[in-house]
Parts: sequence; C-alpha cells; structure tokens
Amino acid sequence: MMDLSIANFAQIIVACLLIIGLMVGNAVVMVYIERKACGFIQRRPGPYEVGPRGTIQAVCDSMKLLGKQIFIPGNVDWLLFFLAPILAFFPVLLLFLPIPFGKFLTGMRVDEGILLILAFSGIGVISNILAGWSSNNKYGLLGAARAVSQAVAYEIPMIMALLSVIFLSGTLNLSEIVERQGSWPWQWNIVCQPLAFFIYLVSLVGETNRAPFDLPEAESELTAGFHTEYSGMGFALFFLSEYANMLLVSFVCATFFLGGYKGPFLDGFWWMFIKAYLIMVFIVWIRWTFPRVRFDQLLNINWKWLLPLSIINLWVTAVVLRFV
Amino acid sequence: MAAPDRAVSEGPGPITRAEVLPPLVNLRPLNWFFDVNRAMSLWPVTFGLACCAIEMMAVSMSRFDIARFGAEVFRPSIRQADLMMVTGTVSRKMAPALVRLYEQMPAPKFVMACGNCAISGGPFKFEGQYGIVEGVDRLVPVDVYVPGCPPRPEAILEGVFAIQEKILGVRVWPRPKEMPSQPASPKATKA
Repeated sequence: MMDLSIANFAQIIVACLLIIGLMVGNAVVMVYIERKACGFIQRRPGPYEVGPRGTIQAVCDSMKLLGKQIFIPGNVDWLLFFLAPILAFFPVLLLFLPIPFGKFLTGMRVDEGILLILAFSGIGVISNILAGWSSNNKYGLLGAARAVSQAVAYEIPMIMALLSVIFLSGTLNLSEIVERQGSWPWQWNIVCQPLAFFIYLVSLVGETNRAPFDLPEAESELTAGFHTEYSGMGFALFFLSEYANMLLVSFVCATFFLGGYKGPFLDGFWWMFIKAYLIMVFIVWIRWTFPRVRFDQLLNINWKWLLPLSIINLWVTAVVLRFV
Repeated sequence: MAAPDRAVSEGPGPITRAEVLPPLVNLRPLNWFFDVNRAMSLWPVTFGLACCAIEMMAVSMSRFDIARFGAEVFRPSIRQADLMMVTGTVSRKMAPALVRLYEQMPAPKFVMACGNCAISGGPFKFEGQYGIVEGVDRLVPVDVYVPGCPPRPEAILEGVFAIQEKILGVRVWPRPKEMPSQPASPKATKA
C-alpha cells in the first residue's frame, strides 16, 4: 500500500501532466515517422513540402481535425457516441503511471504494476465496442465485434509470455524486474526468454490493432471499422490513443525483455526511449511490409500457435526454475 | 437509416448546397491559421469511378507522390475526408450514391471534378444518351475542374494546388515555367 500524502499526490499530478505531453508529442512524432517510413518503403519521399522536409505535416493534420465539423448522425446513442473516444484516450494515461522510465523516474511505484497495466488496458477494448455499437452502423458494429474477439484472443498469449518473465524475476513490480536485469545485452531477459519475447512481439501487434492484424478497421472490408462514423476530434482521439497504446506496449516490452532503462555504459531514461522507439519503428516496418491477414488466419495464429507455444514456454520455465 | 435517395432529375436539377454558417469565433488570424492547416492536409476519399481513378492512384505512387503535399491519406470513411475527387464517368445509377457521399462529408469539404466525363460528360455526351450524368456539377457544387481524358497526374496535383489556392487566396507552391500565366484579367484583355 502506498501512502496518500500531499507529496505523493503532487507526484502523480506532475506525472500525469508529463504523460499527456508524452502522448501528444509521441502521436505527432510517430505520424511523421510512419508516413516517412511508408514513403521510404514505397520509394517515394513522403511528406516533404509542409515545413522543412514535411516536419510540420502532423501538426497541420491535427489542427485541421480540430477545425473539422463534428458530425453526429441521426439515430446514434449520442451519450455513448461522445463517451467512446474519451474512454479510448484517458485510461491510457493511467497505464503509463507504473512504467519505470528511469531509476527514479516513475509516476507511481506499485508492487503490482504489470497487473494494473493488464487490467486497465481492457478499457481500450470497451471503448472500441462502445464506438461501434453506439454509431448505429453495420460496419461499426462488425468492427467492434472483431475488436473484441481479437483483443480477447491476443491478451492470453501476451499474459503467458509476460508471466514467464515474472516467474524468472519473482516480482510483479516493473522497477524490480528492470533491477534484476543487467546493463549489457547478454544480461537482459531476452537471452533466457527468446520465445516469450517473440510471442509478445507478435501479440502486441494484435493487441494494438496494427496491420497486419488491423482487422477491426480493415479498410477494404469495413470502410473504417469501429470509427466509421467519427469525424474531426473523435477520430483524432482514436488515432491518438492508438499511438499511445503502441508506445505503452513498446515500453512494457522494453521493460520486460530488453533491460528497461539499463543499457551499456550509462543507465538512464534515454535507453528506455531508444529501445521503445526501436520497437515502434519495427511495428511501423511490419505494417508497411505485410498484407492484412484474414480473420480465421488471425485467430488460427493465436489459438493454434501462440497459445500452445506460450504454455509450453511457461511450463519449461517453471520446471527449470524449480529443479535446476 | 439514411434518408431515401432522391431521384436524379433530367437536366440541371436541384443542386445539393452546403449550408455555410459564419464561424463562431470570427477572428482573422485564427481563421487564417485554420485555413493554412486545412489547405496543407487535404485528405481525399478512397473513391474512384472510372479510368481517371487509375491516374489518382498513380498520383499517390512513387513517381508523382501527392504525399509531398500532405494529401496522401486516402480515408476510407467519408466522415474523415476533406476532398472528394470525382474521378470518372458519373452514371445515372451512381449519381444517388455520389450525392449521398457528398452529403455525408463533414463541413470544410471540397470537390474536384477530374477528367472530361466528370466535367461535362466527355465522350459520352451525344444526342439520345440516357445513362450518364453530363457533368458532376449538376449534382454537387464543384470547386476545381481538372480537364483531360484522363488528366495527367501532374494535372491532378495542379488541381490540389488550385484547391489550396482557393482556400488561402494565394498560390503556395511556385508556378512551373511551361504553364500559361494566370487567366487574363479584364484590364489585360482590353489592352
């Protein structure tokens, strides 16, 4: 239990403000990186003329979305319709709190940090369902149904993969998990848990609804999936929360498998950010490289491969820890 | 459910008009700021009707790359788009769907008529034809006409610049050398 003193409260407020800044800045930077990377992969310059080398492009887009008409179609459940984008954006804020960005740079030191993250990341899925349901649109509803089954499916191997690392370090506290790892790459958890790392890497793409697993918003089948009816800021909030979720799973991945804020020569938050953004660039890279999978393929990958593999991995970890 | 589709009348029928209200906060610098942002990120709809759509695809690919000007985000949902490129022949069958799409687009919206078919019916305009709407401006208000059959990708890019010019009042990008100068002003024609 943590004490709720004034200092603690102030720390959480400051952390929340910093995290909002991080989320917004991350979205702006990632939109630019994504469009540039897409251009690079497709052999074209990408955004180039708006600002020096197109750097202001993402700012222009967000300001345009701010000035766009907010359109509420007839027959929507307007309360839920308004609530869904807000519910997509704000819970992510909470999820960043237990992440150890540096040795002393943590929003809130909780013993069950990873439990908090896994539990509250479900709210993001609820917001997708609400968006699809309340917009009274068949594509929205289909996208929402897909979002649910995909999130439920991919959460399980993800938790199994994280659980094997938790077995290894014997704690749910994210800071302590980092403390158990060393500064050099061969002391990180990825060396003793390569399979868990791979499973986590696949399921984080499924968890954040990114291509090739972007079935909830599959453009060619479902117009735009659950956010079909959202214009202007509603859409922008969904966009923002997608990038924030990507950043969150990248941070968790860096914490669990890649030694968190520890790195060669000098530990510090820079290593955390370098690792997280390398994973983000990796996610962008697969998005523009692979075509979208079919829905049965998506679930087959999960139930037939990732889940048995992660269970075997967990078993082997447990047996080795017990008897070796 | 959406309202039933209106029948497309013969000849220039009632045009769907966007209702334009003055902005709530009418400050010049603020309007200018938002106008610049609107001009710099015109997101088109993923929407093509005929062969001009192939040129629209070409303009977003590596040789011409509309992404340089921030207009490569082809939104599949009309609610998130700003620009409707009517690329190709509008058949009478397609017309209600097109009108409905236009009506579903949120407010700062622009329409570009790409190619001769969308401008006037093009090669399909002859006496006794019954299947083609002769010009998309009979259905929805058009901002920019891009001639060609089909227009070159450069022409579509030029159309995007023309919409940006329409939003901002000035041309943003330098004018190419070969292009004829601005349409002559009344003064110039007299002289």
